[in-house]
Amino acid sequence: MTFVFNCARAALIVAALMGASAVRAADMPVSIDNFVFTPAETQVSVGTTVIWTNNDDIPHTVVDADHKYKSSALDTGDKFSHTFTEPGTYEYFCSLHPHMTGKIIVK
Amino acid sequence: MTHDAHDHEEGATRRKVLECMTWAGTGVLWTLAGGIPRSTGLIGEAKADESKAFSFLQLSDSHIGFDKPANPNANGTLTEAITKVNALPAKPSFMIHTGDISHLSKPAEFDTADQIIGQSRLDVHYVPGEHDVLDDDRKIYLDRYGKGAKGAGWYSFDAGGAHFVGLVNVVDLKGGGMGNLGADQLAWLQADLAARTASTPIVVFAHIPLWTIYADWGWGTQDSEQALGMLKKFGSVTVLNGHIHQVMQKVEGNVAFHTARSTAFPQPAPGTAPSPGPMKVEDSKLRTVLGIRQVNFVPGAERLAVIDTPLAG
Ligand SMILES: [Cu+2]
Repeated sequence: MTFVFNCARAALIVAALMGASAVRAADMPVSIDNFVFTPAETQVSVGTTVIWTNNDDIPHTVVDADHKYKSSALDTGDKFSHTFTEPGTYEYFCSLHPHMTGKIIVK
Repeated sequence: MTHDAHDHEEGATRRKVLECMTWAGTGVLWTLAGGIPRSTGLIGEAKADESKAFSFLQLSDSHIGFDKPANPNANGTLTEAITKVNALPAKPSFMIHTGDISHLSKPAEFDTADQIIGQSRLDVHYVPGEHDVLDDDRKIYLDRYGKGAKGAGWYSFDAGGAHFVGLVNVVDLKGGGMGNLGADQLAWLQADLAARTASTPIVVFAHIPLWTIYADWGWGTQDSEQALGMLKKFGSVTVLNGHIHQVMQKVEGNVAFHTARSTAFPQPAPGTAPSPGPMKVEDSKLRTVLGIRQVNFVPGAERLAVIDTPLAG
């Protein structure tokens, strides 16, 4: 969680440095229903915090394909968030059910 | 304790045939008596030849800690399964548990599972399910069940003239993939099997099925072909899995594959639901889908005879 916090703080600092016109990007929700990340692919702007929520009766995880970030096991109703501070395409999956995959495109 | 040291030596000197297998609740009772497995009857009717018989049981997917509508009382149904085990006329020599002992890898869940399963007073050989290794270093599982095991918890042992191999295919899973054995475990398996003669009956057990049942739901193991290739030389190979909470079987050459029911909740047949998650059935039907399965191996025949009997109803 420290990593997420630091990223969030870094994003805020970047936003502050960019001046008064910089606005913190809105949060982006991704739900986990029926073993599917929804939306499975989404485009966000730099600084966006993506918040995953597990709505299934089975735990899932959110793990970056390059292991840049990783949630713990999310039980029913649990959330995990990560703030994307750099542009790029970030693929992720559930380490318990790896056929579950998703993608965040940061511009 | 090592997995190589068990007191089944008594049976090892005789020519063995797998003579009897009986399902108890969600368990399979096997009797080994000469190399080829065979069953003698349903629970309550099992008439293993006690002078020669060597039997073991399979439990799977007890998911202690699960409390959702599909079964708010996973403790209760596991207890019922153990009650069935204890009522068996011929006491099995040991049990295997093919993973997802717990729902969330919590010590308290493992404590409860151990307490209930312990009422069988049987030696239990575990392999982990993905629900048992939710902590990063898998320490909770390995400290409790991994004594004498290699890597993420794999091991082998000999009993009743057969060679048993417990594999782990629930760790280091790759995005977009299925279950995974990994290079280290495959290398270990090759060496382990190299030391056995082709006439030794082999029983392999792991959580996720070792054949692809339904890739869309991840019901298979990426690199299982490599493991199965190593098993080709053996005349009798039985593969026992869990994970999919329902009975499935397949015979391919000398290899018979079986998945077991859960003691906790059923899951849908492949592709028949939006997801493989817990399937809610009417309360009065729960025990009919957790029921009893009996698998018969006819001596000398490759074909299996399977009898499924519900836990209740
Ligand atoms: Cu998952």
